Amino acid sequence: MKEKIRIASGQGFWGDLIDAPYNQVFRGEIDYLVMDYLAEVTMSILQKQKNKNPELGYARDIPELMKRILPECKQKNIKIITNGGGVNPTSCANAILDVANKMGIKNLRVAVVIGDDIKERTDEIISAGVLLNNMETGEPITKIKDKILSANVYFGAFPIVEALKQNADIVITGRTTDTGLTLAPMIYEFGWNKNDYDLLAAGTVAGHILECGAQSSGGNFLGDWKSVPNMADIGFPIAEAYPNGEVIITKHENTGGRVSFETVAEQLLYEIGDPKNYITPDCIADFTSIKLEDLGKDRVRVYDVKGSPETEFYKVSCSYSDGYSSSATLTYSWPEALTKAKAADDILRKRMENLNLQFEEIRTELVGYNACHGPLAKQLNEDDINEVVLRVAVRSKDYNSVERFGKEIAPLILTGPPSVTGFAGGRPKPSEVVAYWPALIPKKLVEHQVKIFEV
Amino acid sequence: MKKIKLIDIAHGRSGDKGDAANIGIIAYDENGYKIIQKHLTAERVKKHFEGICFGKVERFELPNLRALNFVLHNTLGGGGTVSLKLDAQGKTLAAALLRMELEIE
Repeated sequence: MKEKIRIASGQGFWGDLIDAPYNQVFRGEIDYLVMDYLAEVTMSILQKQKNKNPELGYARDIPELMKRILPECKQKNIKIITNGGGVNPTSCANAILDVANKMGIKNLRVAVVIGDDIKERTDEIISAGVLLNNMETGEPITKIKDKILSANVYFGAFPIVEALKQNADIVITGRTTDTGLTLAPMIYEFGWNKNDYDLLAAGTVAGHILECGAQSSGGNFLGDWKSVPNMADIGFPIAEAYPNGEVIITKHENTGGRVSFETVAEQLLYEIGDPKNYITPDCIADFTSIKLEDLGKDRVRVYDVKGSPETEFYKVSCSYSDGYSSSATLTYSWPEALTKAKAADDILRKRMENLNLQFEEIRTELVGYNACHGPLAKQLNEDDINEVVLRVAVRSKDYNSVERFGKEIAPLILTGPPSVTGFAGGRPKPSEVVAYWPALIPKKLVEHQVKIFEV
Repeated sequence: MKKIKLIDIAHGRSGDKGDAANIGIIAYDENGYKIIQKHLTAERVKKHFEGICFGKVERFELPNLRALNFVLHNTLGGGGTVSLKLDAQGKTLAAALLRMELEIE
């Protein structure tokens, strides 16, 4: 057994710094590169791409990235784990093998984890008596069943562990929990068991710290953010994991950013509910048990994490089409910037009313005045404001109303209050609103499969 | 009684869980944690976010991290891609909570 392994976070979401995974591979020692590409909205986008072209449906940044890092990873035996397979992990694996072939890389084993996609099985599952009621509202899925765009189960770490046991160099999954990507190599390398709940929880906590990329190494840090050094060259976090479940969060030397008690604590609090019950497919982690020790020099020890048995359910995330939305902005300058923006909003609403456009919601925000904090924003002297951005957004089931809204914005420049600018991007187009339907499904109804491809 | 600004004793981070926002508030030291543990109640937070949070506020303690976690239900205008808000994911709400002033003995 290895004494320790270094697991590097290469991506906090699809669209994160393109060079981050490259830097993790080239600027220091690591054993694993883990990359989270999937937000809930990403799955529906990928599903749409796959509907148009059955070869697509995965994060297309991955083959490009492989061109840059594959030889180095192969040479140093750095394994890569990512959920960027989206709704088509097999095509993603094939694209990687293509890259390997073209570069003359031999003996590369790419594993895919499939079985998470249950979109085609929803009828079968419902008739088996699993109602897939909305976890939050309790509503039955029949309400939206015909509008479902994607339906995926969240797998945990163990399917990835299976792939690693089959000597995979790269593991591509679909909808796997972000935390599972980091936990899996710890289970594999240290021989942890399915009922080592404290250890599984420790790995899960490490995964939570890594899953949003540099958000634990100095990015988006609300503490003393101005003192975070060299954010232009921010180092992404690395979990140095030990067999007893202890983890040291750090980053490569000579990179920017900061790993401290404060930066790690902020990430631990990110997007959690009841901290005693952080539920994953692998275990339930107790975030109140976590202890942090700031060792200095960008090293934070995470220890004493407690866990308990997993539940009998997987979470399912369904996305469904729920109408259209659009937003637009115009900028008004002094004098009376705010008064002008409010008047323009009134005029716009009056015109849309006269046109009998149908909206579920029209939302007006004054960016630069109170868009973020609403009634909590500091009251400013309205006449002194230098400029303000009027932002209007609409949502409707009626496509035509949303489209017409887009045509009513630009005319305000010549037919409304003065000293207005900032409309150069053309008419805003309606975009499809994709809503989420979280549900639970008994684990026994879903089976994962691991397939190996190699060159 | 004296007034202290929450932003002087704590930092934090916020994000979304559907239509709920979560706000983690972390004290810079143990003394600060004692203050927020005592004074930063769910009721106080609910009142602070009047006109923003339209549901209940849940509060959880994480003493090892000197932190409190708040879950604000019915806060993000429908959440996710449904929300028309500029800050549909509640990313700036931790900063909004740090605007609070606490009266302490």
